[in-house]
Amino acid sequence: MMELLGVSTQALFGQVLIGFINGAFYAMLSLGLAVIFGLLNIVNFAHGAQYMLGAFVTWMLLNYLGINYWAALLLAPVIVGFFGVLMERFMLQRIYKLDHIYGLLLTFGVALLLEGAFRQQYGVSGMPYAIPSQLQGGQNLGFMFLPNYRAWVIVASIIVCFSTWFLIEKTRLGSYLRAATENPKLVQAFGVNVPLMITLTYAFGAALAALAGVMAAPIYQVSPVMGSNIIIVVFAVVVIGGMGSISGAIISGFGLGLIEGLTKVFYPEASSTVIFVVMAIVLLIKPAGLFGRAS
Amino acid sequence: MMNSAVSANSGNKAQSVFGSTWVRVAAFVAVAVFLVVAPFFIYPVFLMKALCFALFACAFNLLLGYCGLLSFGHAAYFGSAAYICGYAAKTLGLTPELSILAGTAASALLGAGFGWLAIRRQGIYFSMITLALSQMVFFFALQAPFTGGEDGMQAIPRGHLFGLIDLNNTYAMYGFVLVVFLIGFGIIWRAVESPFGQVLRAIRDNEPRAISLGYKVNRYKLLAFTLSAALAGLAGSTKALVFQLASLTDVHWAMSGEVVLMTLIGGMGTIFGPVAGAVVVVAMQNYLAHLGSWVMMIQGATFIACVLLFRAGIVGTISAYFRGRKGDVPGSH
Repeated sequence: MMELLGVSTQALFGQVLIGFINGAFYAMLSLGLAVIFGLLNIVNFAHGAQYMLGAFVTWMLLNYLGINYWAALLLAPVIVGFFGVLMERFMLQRIYKLDHIYGLLLTFGVALLLEGAFRQQYGVSGMPYAIPSQLQGGQNLGFMFLPNYRAWVIVASIIVCFSTWFLIEKTRLGSYLRAATENPKLVQAFGVNVPLMITLTYAFGAALAALAGVMAAPIYQVSPVMGSNIIIVVFAVVVIGGMGSISGAIISGFGLGLIEGLTKVFYPEASSTVIFVVMAIVLLIKPAGLFGRAS
Repeated sequence: MMNSAVSANSGNKAQSVFGSTWVRVAAFVAVAVFLVVAPFFIYPVFLMKALCFALFACAFNLLLGYCGLLSFGHAAYFGSAAYICGYAAKTLGLTPELSILAGTAASALLGAGFGWLAIRRQGIYFSMITLALSQMVFFFALQAPFTGGEDGMQAIPRGHLFGLIDLNNTYAMYGFVLVVFLIGFGIIWRAVESPFGQVLRAIRDNEPRAISLGYKVNRYKLLAFTLSAALAGLAGSTKALVFQLASLTDVHWAMSGEVVLMTLIGGMGTIFGPVAGAVVVVAMQNYLAHLGSWVMMIQGATFIACVLLFRAGIVGTISAYFRGRKGDVPGSH
């Protein structure tokens, strides 16, 4: 077995892969947070709960209705996106004029409500979700074994991140969105239906979280606590990357997942805290975040 | 109180609970008298728990209500103080008052460090940073050898106060907790009513203006943060002695959420609000404990209801009623 810096290459690449997978989820979730924050000025604490909801909807579709993974990949984001529409129309719309902290508190309440409801129904232990048959097995790359499903998650998340970036930075719809972020009143005066755009943006962010949840279901256990566990790390990722830029959110998501994976190889005790330590260091050196505009 | 003139001149309406300082002093005395006789007809452990959390919420409110800083990681100071206090009392065998001081000092240091980092960013980023830093403390408590991991630190001895008074006696313990609460509450009241408190409000209402007036805003924020963390630590240490337990629950993000909820229910930016909110939340936990995860759902629903319909909180609404006008909510500009 080959050795590198006193660590077997097998273990090293294995952890790098896990880091990349975690990074894919950090990237997708921080992307959704950044999109929502950009237009709504709300830090969506319910993002973790929407991710959890995506995984649970996938699990329920399979176990109650017999609908498979591929259909869930489309259905779960639609269902959670619709939930997002309701949330925006009946709750968030009432608090846009208030201080930002109320948005955080309100979505935190939604997160507690959802997590409590699923805890009550399903307990905290988590339930398995089988990898779809088409993606079982894996490839031997010589230096490591790459399970097919994990390769799929990495590829799919890169596609999702790239399409979102393209949609927002390069299309006409995206330009409306960016304009509304800068000056909603002026854009509305030009005849763009800004309130509708805000609703759909929130739904899109929620759907993105749900899509991440569907992809996560076969990798992590489907559990009510999966959302709150990841959202705090994603917050740290967002602080490091800065919420100003879409590409910043993607790069810092993947990068920090990788750093976390490498820490697991060289100093496992610190693997759960390394992202927070990186956050502290970034705050010392570049308080606005690596890709952020100075506030 | 010396500074009723200051209060009257400031033009800030959210700062006082009732109209005049004398009414507030009277209310304070009435509450104090109630607290002295209460253990004879209300379950004392419940009262002690409520007092600890009331102090915790008041310390939190110093930051949110008066400085406009939403810390989403106050469990870090509450919980780490509980662990340090427990370690001092159990392993080092210190007397309770020294253990509590050790816990408070530890969380003051932690608060100074975290605050120094967190005040580099404003608004919503500040909340996310404090939450992330507190999660770091949670993972540390999970892994560190002396905290007992998942089991927590159990059977912390209450010991003898000053080596004399046996705190295993429930009424003695209650008296001690009450004194600790009153000291902590007094410090907060004094801070809020002082010129220091006025500067904090100025920062909350208009930070650029406070800067242009020549105040070193970051120093004030850091001092407020450290004071708030220290008093949260005082509450956490006392709680560790009351329940003879320090556990992961104390450092978990859900605890940070609970203290936000207490302050929100009671009314942020009011001096008595967090006390009322703490009593409501602790009572809710006590009477609904058998419902399991329903407590979490109810707390979530309460959050939503408070933000949408009831932003002034209990005390804020009452004081607005007494003044015959709508209550101001800090931060609603």
